[in-house]
Amino acid sequence: MVSRTTDDYERMAMAGCVAICEPAFWAGFDRASAQGFYDYFRQITEYEPKRAAKFGIEHYCWLCINPKEAEDLKLAEEVIGLIPEFLQKPGVLGIGEIGLNKNSRNELAIFERHLQVAQDHGQLVLVHTPHLEDKLKGTRLIVDALKGFSGIDPGRVIIDHVEEHTIDAVLDAGFWAGITLYPESKCTPHRAIDMLEQRQAERIWMNSACDWGVSDPLAVPKTMRAMRQRGWDAAAVERVVWENPKAFMGQNPRFTVA
Amino acid sequence: MDARSKLIDLAAFLDRVQRAGQEGDFRVKALKEAIGCLDGADPGRAREVLLRFSDLTTEPIERATIQGAVGAVAI
Repeated sequence: MVSRTTDDYERMAMAGCVAICEPAFWAGFDRASAQGFYDYFRQITEYEPKRAAKFGIEHYCWLCINPKEAEDLKLAEEVIGLIPEFLQKPGVLGIGEIGLNKNSRNELAIFERHLQVAQDHGQLVLVHTPHLEDKLKGTRLIVDALKGFSGIDPGRVIIDHVEEHTIDAVLDAGFWAGITLYPESKCTPHRAIDMLEQRQAERIWMNSACDWGVSDPLAVPKTMRAMRQRGWDAAAVERVVWENPKAFMGQNPRFTVA
Repeated sequence: MDARSKLIDLAAFLDRVQRAGQEGDFRVKALKEAIGCLDGADPGRAREVLLRFSDLTTEPIERATIQGAVGAVAI
């Protein structure tokens, strides 16, 4: 939410949102030093929870260096070295959003370095899959890499931004799947609901993209409305937007939303 | 009505591209190939369309030279 205005927090609160989780992500430009990440980690672990709390929203976050900045291996290693210091902060849920962007060897190496940190510290993992033409290949590389970490339970990993051509590979391998709702280029509410119906909403959550591009913090409540219009009963809607996220994030005892 | 509107918008886009002499763009070619999937018989059209736009190689690239995606694979 560092890219969003305080008005977005207010609108989310009015729409019934009680908690959010914010992945560490790209700043819109490549940061010049590890110190920039240190300050950023302080922002999402110390300041953003206070900003969200003013609207009754509990704020959680994930820590990493985004794959877009993984080509600078020295910088990436320095940033990964900062992460353990922040893992015990109250709102930190785990490592993320790690993953791949252009499916390069350096990205894959830094993804695996993050996975090692997650394994060593027993952390939940949130994985970003690449966009558009790179998603299918990236998802396959990510799933293969994860299988190399025997200490990471697939049930403690969510692979995000799945679409129709990647969701089966993610769920069939035992991972959780995230569907990201986005006004442009990614998944629409009706496509998300189609996927939920195809997979009986198993181990799936939906999220609203809230980044530097055109995005809608209210995409989840709008999709809830579409679910009801398509005949979903209240319990089925609640399972996807409430019970499923609670089940996944609740594996970390710091997630205390009741 | 929503699907009808989107189809007409797509048709108008292709007309616009043709008028601009850009039919040879690899993204337009991928788009036209993907449109062919809509006539399939199985209820997996969205997946098939996405596959038409996807990089089907399996090995990581040596180094990322750009950070964004363009929507289709350059041929």
